[in-house]
Amino acid sequence: MIFLEQTLAILWKDIRCELRSKQTWMGMGMFALLVLVIFNFAFDLRVDNKAAIAPGALWVAFVFASLLGLGRTITAEREKGLMDRLLLCPVDRKAIYLAKLLGNLLFIGVVEVVALPVFAALFNVPLFGALLPIVLLGTLGVAAIGTLFSAMAAATHARELLLPVLVFPLIVPVVIGAVRATGDLMVVSPNAPPWLGLMIAFDVIFLSASMLTFEFVIKE
Amino acid sequence: MSHPYLEIIKLKKNYGLKPVLRGVDLVVEQGQRVALLGANGAGKTTLLRVLAGLAEPDGGQVCIDGRDMLHDEPQARRAVGFVTHQPYIYDDLTVMENLLFFARMYGVKQRHERARALLERVGLFKRANERASALSRGQSQRLALARALLHSPRLLLLDEPDTGLDEEGVALLEAILNEQTRNGGAVLFTTHQLAHALQWSDQIGLLRGGRMAWFRETRSLETSSAREVYSEALL
Repeated sequence: MIFLEQTLAILWKDIRCELRSKQTWMGMGMFALLVLVIFNFAFDLRVDNKAAIAPGALWVAFVFASLLGLGRTITAEREKGLMDRLLLCPVDRKAIYLAKLLGNLLFIGVVEVVALPVFAALFNVPLFGALLPIVLLGTLGVAAIGTLFSAMAAATHARELLLPVLVFPLIVPVVIGAVRATGDLMVVSPNAPPWLGLMIAFDVIFLSASMLTFEFVIKE
Repeated sequence: MSHPYLEIIKLKKNYGLKPVLRGVDLVVEQGQRVALLGANGAGKTTLLRVLAGLAEPDGGQVCIDGRDMLHDEPQARRAVGFVTHQPYIYDDLTVMENLLFFARMYGVKQRHERARALLERVGLFKRANERASALSRGQSQRLALARALLHSPRLLLLDEPDTGLDEEGVALLEAILNEQTRNGGAVLFTTHQLAHALQWSDQIGLLRGGRMAWFRETRSLETSSAREVYSEALL
């Protein structure tokens, strides 16, 4: 019970701080929209190549925007010495990880809710209901790894450089799965591998590993 | 009868290859106030960080209220209140929200009442609904003091708590230290102000090069001899 109470307390605090400072959401949202607009103008979109280009553009926007936000998750708190204050409390480190992860999912989710209709309009694609589980699973995979590594990168001087270098190689499987699964919604492929299954497996493995290792990452 | 509330035995801590604490021994008994003096880099802050559970020691033992800090960390953490020389508060939260957040983290019962009482105690009640970013340096330090007292810790660790406090703030700090020991708690604080160390403590220790170079009862000290030893330590 205390675990849940503490998780919700940290989540509440992060949401309240973000709603007042508006630093992360605004930046992430603007970045995602700009990426979609640039991709839209950069490619010569036709009916026959839309399914090959649009999913990639969507996930590049989501992943890069997510990394912008993930980088701030723990860095801002660490820079101000506030992470130490949190670590002083008798709180299970898994609760801190879970709260940060939920906060990240919420922040990224808001950006995605704004970006998806823009994507649909710019790339002239319908928004399928089946896109929801793909977006959820893809975002969870990126956020699970990003939250863990943002804690690791926050302790270094080159945190802005280090975070993408650490995160990108690890999220390749889930991003490929998300891009392919999104593409399959546009052009049905009869022999497509079970991308959703791959994403679920990825999320379970990395979420568990991140929960278990966060304590060691956050320690001085 | 008082008993050792904090026991530090041969405590060692390195940062990389550099030893910062080289086997510190210290005992703080219930109802005692101990001041730690020392030059910059003597290891005072590192010692308090280890005691607060923020840094892991490389050797030795720390027992807080009979609990081994390394093996029973969450329980030991519950017994400690820590005030650093920087207030470290959430600027985007209000003064009251800062306290309520930490009250939830410590599982404080009747947290609204407790937070209100502490804000009144540190003279910030009228500013409870203002953003913490609007507070001055000294007021932020008072808020940090209130936060450290939220869960009624038995051991209060203070790292240069007098930094940035005005005269009234210093008097408040002294009163809170007195209350803490009167209620059976213990206090360990660092300061660069010898006068504060002499005024607020029952015992004074002097850290030099990561070792406890000197440890005396405050009442046995003449101000002039204390000043002499302190000046020597700073060399």
